[in-house]
Order: sequence, then C-alpha cells, then structure tokens
Amino acid sequence: MLHAHDHHDLPFWRRYIFSTDHKIIGLQYGITAWIFLLLGFCMMLLMRWQLAYPGQPLPGIGSWFGEDHMPGGVMLPEFYNQLGAMHGTIMVFLGIVPLVVGAFGNYIVPLQIGAPDMAFPKLNMASYWSYFTGGVVMLASFFLPGGSASSGWTSYPPLSVIAPIGQTAWIIGMVFLITSSLLGAVNFIVTIFQLRASGMTWMRLPFFVWAQLVTAFLLLLAFPPLEAAAVMQLMDRVFHTSFFMPAGLIVSGQHMPYTGGGSVLLWQHLFWFLAHPEVYVLILPAMGIVTEIIANNIRKPIWGLKSMVYSIIVLGFLSFIVWAHHMYLTNMGTAISSFFQITTMMISIPSVIILTCLFISLWGGSIRFNVPMLFALAFLPMFGIGGLTGLPLGLASPDIHLHDTYYVIGHFHYVVAPGTIFALFAGVYYWFPKITGRKMNEFLGHLHFWPSLVCMNLIFFPMLIQGLAGVSRRLYDGGASYAHAQPVLYLNQVMSIAAFIMAAAQIFFIVNLFWSMFKGKRVTSDNPWDATTLEWATPTPPGHGNFVHPVEVYRGPYEYSVPGAPKDFSPQFEK
Amino acid sequence: MEIPYIVEERPDTGFNNATLGIWLFLASEIMLFGALFSSYILLRTSASQWPSGASDLNIPLATLNTFILVFSSIAVVFAWASTKEGNLAKFKKWMGIALLCGLGFLVVKSIEYKLEFIHHRFPSTNTFLALYFTMTGIHAMHIMGGLIVNSYLWGPGCKMFKEDLSHFSHRVEIAGIYWHFVDLLWLIFLFPVLYLL
Ligand code: HEM
Ligand SMILES: [Cu+2]
Repeated sequence: MLHAHDHHDLPFWRRYIFSTDHKIIGLQYGITAWIFLLLGFCMMLLMRWQLAYPGQPLPGIGSWFGEDHMPGGVMLPEFYNQLGAMHGTIMVFLGIVPLVVGAFGNYIVPLQIGAPDMAFPKLNMASYWSYFTGGVVMLASFFLPGGSASSGWTSYPPLSVIAPIGQTAWIIGMVFLITSSLLGAVNFIVTIFQLRASGMTWMRLPFFVWAQLVTAFLLLLAFPPLEAAAVMQLMDRVFHTSFFMPAGLIVSGQHMPYTGGGSVLLWQHLFWFLAHPEVYVLILPAMGIVTEIIANNIRKPIWGLKSMVYSIIVLGFLSFIVWAHHMYLTNMGTAISSFFQITTMMISIPSVIILTCLFISLWGGSIRFNVPMLFALAFLPMFGIGGLTGLPLGLASPDIHLHDTYYVIGHFHYVVAPGTIFALFAGVYYWFPKITGRKMNEFLGHLHFWPSLVCMNLIFFPMLIQGLAGVSRRLYDGGASYAHAQPVLYLNQVMSIAAFIMAAAQIFFIVNLFWSMFKGKRVTSDNPWDATTLEWATPTPPGHGNFVHPVEVYRGPYEYSVPGAPKDFSPQFEK
Repeated sequence: MEIPYIVEERPDTGFNNATLGIWLFLASEIMLFGALFSSYILLRTSASQWPSGASDLNIPLATLNTFILVFSSIAVVFAWASTKEGNLAKFKKWMGIALLCGLGFLVVKSIEYKLEFIHHRFPSTNTFLALYFTMTGIHAMHIMGGLIVNSYLWGPGCKMFKEDLSHFSHRVEIAGIYWHFVDLLWLIFLFPVLYLL
C-alpha cells in the first residue's frame, strides 16, 4: 500500500478547522450536513406525530418544547408551520445539496480527475464557512419572537412578507447559503476544466464528475435570481417596498403599509427559476454516485455511457426552461402553459435515457450484492417511481387536480428520499474504506438497508393515494377536518409509524459508522473494491496533495472485464 | 503536488484558473442583474403609470458619476499596464486614482440618496423608487467589493510586486476584469434604464 506523507506541520486549527484541503472540507461539509439532515428528519417526526394523532399530546418529550410551541405537549398550528417550512429548507439547502456537492463532490471530484486539490482552496474554505453561518442563522431563528420562518420552503408572498421576524432570518440565512453555493460552483467548474490529469480527456471522465460539472453550472446560473428575489423580499419586509405586494392589503382588519403595484407572481417566477434547476442539483450527483457503484459491482462497462453523458448535458440545459410547470394554476394562458408542458415532457427523455442505461447495464453482469450496491440498486426503481409520478404533474390538466396535494409531496419525496438519500448511503458505504482504511460492517448494513427500503415505501406511497383522493399538503391536522379525506385518513398512522420505525433503523447506520471507524475490517489494498477510477490510486487515506506520483490516465472510466486483460478490471491509471 | 495553471495557461482550455473563475463569476452576476432587470420589465409593463427617471432623479449628478466610473476603469487599465512595465510607483499612482474614483462614486451616490430623502422619496414611495434604490444599492455594494479588492492590491497585497511580478500582474488583471464589469453595469444598464428610459 502507498503511504501518504504529511509533511505539512500545520497547527490543529489550521489542519482541521480552517483547513484548505478539499478532503477535510469535504468531511466538514459531510458531518455538518448529516447533522442537519438528521435535524430536519426529527422535525418531520414531530410533525408526523401530529398528523397521525392530531391534537393528542406527544408522550414523553412533548413538554420539552415549552408552552408557546406545544402547550401540554400538543403542537400549535403555528409551530407546525414553522417545522414544515424549516423541514423543507433544511432538507434541501442545508442537508442534501451540501452532502451531494459540498461533501461528496469536494472529496471525490479532485481525486477522480487526478488533481492535487480544488483550484481555489481558500475559496473552498470560505464556501464551507458561509454555509455553516447560513445554517446557524436558520437554526437560531427558532428562538426569535414569533419563531422561525413559517411560510413554507417556497416563502410565497404576501404571507411571507407580513410574517414575523423569523422570515427575515430565513432570507439572511439563504443569502449566506447562496453565496456558499456560488463560490462552490465556480470552484468546481474551474477544477474540472483546469485540473484534469494528463490523459484525462472529456470522455474519460467518470460519470460522477460529469454530474458534478452540470450541477455546478445549474448552481452558478440558477441561484442568482433567487438572491435577487431574496433581496427584494427583504426590501418589502424591512423598507415596506411593494415588489410583491398588492395595493390595499388588509390583514386582521389592519391596513398594511404597502403602496402596492407589486406582483406576487414575480416571486413565484424568480423562485421556481431557481428551484426547478435545484431539484436537478438534488438528483444529478446522486445519479453520479449510483453509476460509480453500479459500474464497480456489475464488473462490466456501463451500457451507453456516452448517451448518458449527452443526456445529462441536455438535462442541464432543459432544466432552465421548465420552471413554470409549478405555476399552471396561476392563470398563465394556454400558449405559455403549452410551452412549459412541452419542455417538461422533453426533459423527461434524458432522465429516462440515464435510468434505462443503468438498468440495461445490469443485464448479464456478475453482480456483487454488497451493501453499497444494494442501496444503489434500490435507487433505480425508487427514482423511477419518483420520475414517473412527476409526468402527470407536468401536464396542466391533471395538475389542476393534483396541485398542492399530498400527491406532489409523495412524488418529490420518492425522488429525494429513497432516491437521493439512498444514493448518499450507497456513497458512504462505498467510499468509507478510502477515507478511513476500514470497511463498514455488512451485517449492520443489511439491518439498515432492508427496514429503510420497506419503510420508505410505507411512508411515501400512501401519500400518492391520499393526494389522488384530494388531501391537501400543509394541513395541520393531516386532513382530519375534511370530509373527503376521511376514507384515506387511516393512512396517516401507517405513514407515521413507518417513519418512526425508519428512524429506529437509522440507528444501525450511526452505530455502524462509529464502530467501523475504529473496529471495522482493515482494507489490505488501496483499491479494496477492485475499481477502475483514479481515487483508488491514492494512498489510504489520501494525504496532502492526494497523489504520491503524478498520475497519467490511459483509458475510459469503467473498463471492467476487458477481453484479454489479466484482471477483470483495468484501472484508468494502469497502462 | 502543487496546483497547476495558477498563472500560466492550460494549453487545451486556453485559460488559467483565475481567469476562467472570474468569467464564470461574472456569468452569475449577469444572472443576478438579469433577474433584477426582468423584474423591472414585469413591474413596469403591469403598472398603470410610471414616473420618469428624468423628473424624479438627479441626472446631472448621475452623469458626473458615469464619467467618474469611466475614468476609474481607464485608471485600472493603466495600473495593470504599469505592472507589465514593472514600475511600482506608477502602479501605486494609477491604482490610487482608481480607488479615489470609486470612493468619489459612492460619495456622489449618497448625495443623490440624500436628495431623494429630503424630497420625501423613499423606497416605499412607489415601485419605481423601490427598484431604483434596490438596484443602485446592490450595484454600490459591488463597487464596495471592488474597492476592498483594489485597496488590498494597492496596500498590503503589493508586496507580491517584488516577489512574483507575473503573478501580481495577473491578480491586477483579474481585479480589473471585475472592475470593468461593475462599471459597465452602470454605464450600459443602470444609468440608461433608471435615469433615461
Ligand atoms: C425520509 C424522511 C422524510 C419524511 C418522513 C418527510 C415527510 C414530509 C412531509 C409529511 C411533508 C409535508 C408536510 C406538510 O405538507 O404539512 C414534507 C414536506 C417537504 N419535504 Fe419532506 N420528508 C422527508 C425527507 C425529505 C427530504 C430528504 C427532503 C429533501 C430534499 C424533503 C423536502 C421536503 C420539502 C421541500 C417539503 C415541502 C415543505 C413545504 O411545504 O414548504 N423531505 N416532508
Ligand atoms: Cu420543476
């Protein structure tokens, strides 16, 4: 095995806290974002109690939240709204994006292209600390008078403009998060363009790197409009401008101090111009992770890799012209609505191509069913359900029925929860040996995987059923006070109990993580999975500067079982 | 291994790292101001009446500011050229002038704001003024950002002039690209759209 030489004798705080090494920053992102993901999940568990047993006191811990949130252990509607808004915001902006891009992208991309670090290490550090600050601002907003933001992760005006001070904190937090993403995006694009090792031509890039490249462009170009919108909403809130406000608004009998002339739809356009590309930010890197793991475990080349690369590029472009499919109900007229319906149907084509290539790749492979592979395999049908349930939402007429129902919640959670989060788990199990030199425990991995898979479906499939029955999202009582929801109301308990069991299953993952760090089986080679990409050419763990010798790339990323080759894998870094 | 292509260009992309980086950053800036401009169009086309910039704003002061910015851009070019000549004193002089111009712009801008407030015209008065204050405010923050970078290069950062001139010259070039962009924003976007249209 190779040995990393850590000749840089930096003090502790420079090495682990204000570090400029992409691997440390990647781990910082990873640890912080997993904690946020867990927090967002816990918020949702509180909400799921209320949805399943509306008005009943939460046993045991209900009293911890104080009289102004949960008097007598019963959740107040205001608190439900805060938790809902923060669940969405935290999961998307503080959990998933920092994990797929900040953590996995940072750690793996420079390794996979044969680079010593990111192109701008100091910028990389700034980007992490900006993210961290944004997260602290968001969490601290719970302690403001009136609590945190409560207008949903979409923050639609006019309600968001007249909401308590927590919404201002939300905006400020978002500005930090946007800044962090912009710095990161510039860094990733420059790194991938400039720091590829010699011989690493575009078509030899691993698919994960392609996914990160397209993602970085989406972040770079989609986030600034949200930043503009956030500043305008801040102006509306603080200086009483009327960017988004109508004239003569009266709330609880009080005249609001707005001269009017603004447009609520303007916010929606600016928000979804970001937020549609954002959903691709949540999924493309996940596809990248899954492709790496599938290629490694089928022991044969990925079928149609080139068409996957072209698809992901097309997907990136198209994702900028579909945003108004979130707004079919805003009276936009048939011409504009047709445009967005057509582009939305078009964008499903490249996604289907990618998924199909991955499915076909499985055919005839001698598949190794290790834990990372199980998660990667589960990703395929789960993302498939998420994608297919999205098609009716992309067409205006079914969307009239489905808009703002639990069907939408079910649809996108299939994409991000059993989709992206399974890819994240797969990635952790897969790259853990490179980072720590030890493999994670397989048995605990199975205990984690199977209950998670079952529970995910028990949580999210019933949402589709409830939504088809017309149950609205963002209901504090889960629909209990609506006649049309009665036949599907029992599903609320099914979903909540499944969510609690799923929470319990995550304990196996957490235990596994810590146990394996110290007691896991040591790897005996730098390339324990017999993989082909460059990250496995580094010492374990990689030291400062990553590679002991400059690398040279000789072939494509997934050359497994090449006829006539001595082994069943031909690494990119071996002649 | 050290990070390559910090100053020299990578042959197949034709860029060095920071030049590519700054252009990408400017692309995102264009999206930022593009979104503001789209908002301007949307709000203006849906308004029943629209105040004219000529009557509500101070065109002479804004014209003065336009000249100040154009001049500061020229000064930054001369500052960059002086690094190519290896003339530190000349660099200090031109970068100093550019800094003063940038400060001058902010002073004139705050006088303009003050005049609006004196006439009881605030961001909340109407949508036009809301756009005016927001857009010029964001632009002024960009000017401040540029001033911070430029004064670093003028002050503590110019130690590098002696140690690694080509790297320093490259830094001035990058800062200059940003500065030109911020000036252009004013020249071809904010000034005509807000004051003249
Ligand atoms: C597996 C655990 C999860 C569960 C049980 C869960 C459950 C829910 C439920 C029930 C709602 C609807 C709340 C309501 O309408 O009142 C919701 C909303 C939402 N969730 Fe999740 N979720 C989970 C994970 C995630 C993840 C991973 C993401 C991230 C990307 C996410 C993003 C969102 C968003 C954006 C909303 C909309 C919030 C809003 O209405 O403003 N969730 N979630
Ligand atoms: Cu969308």
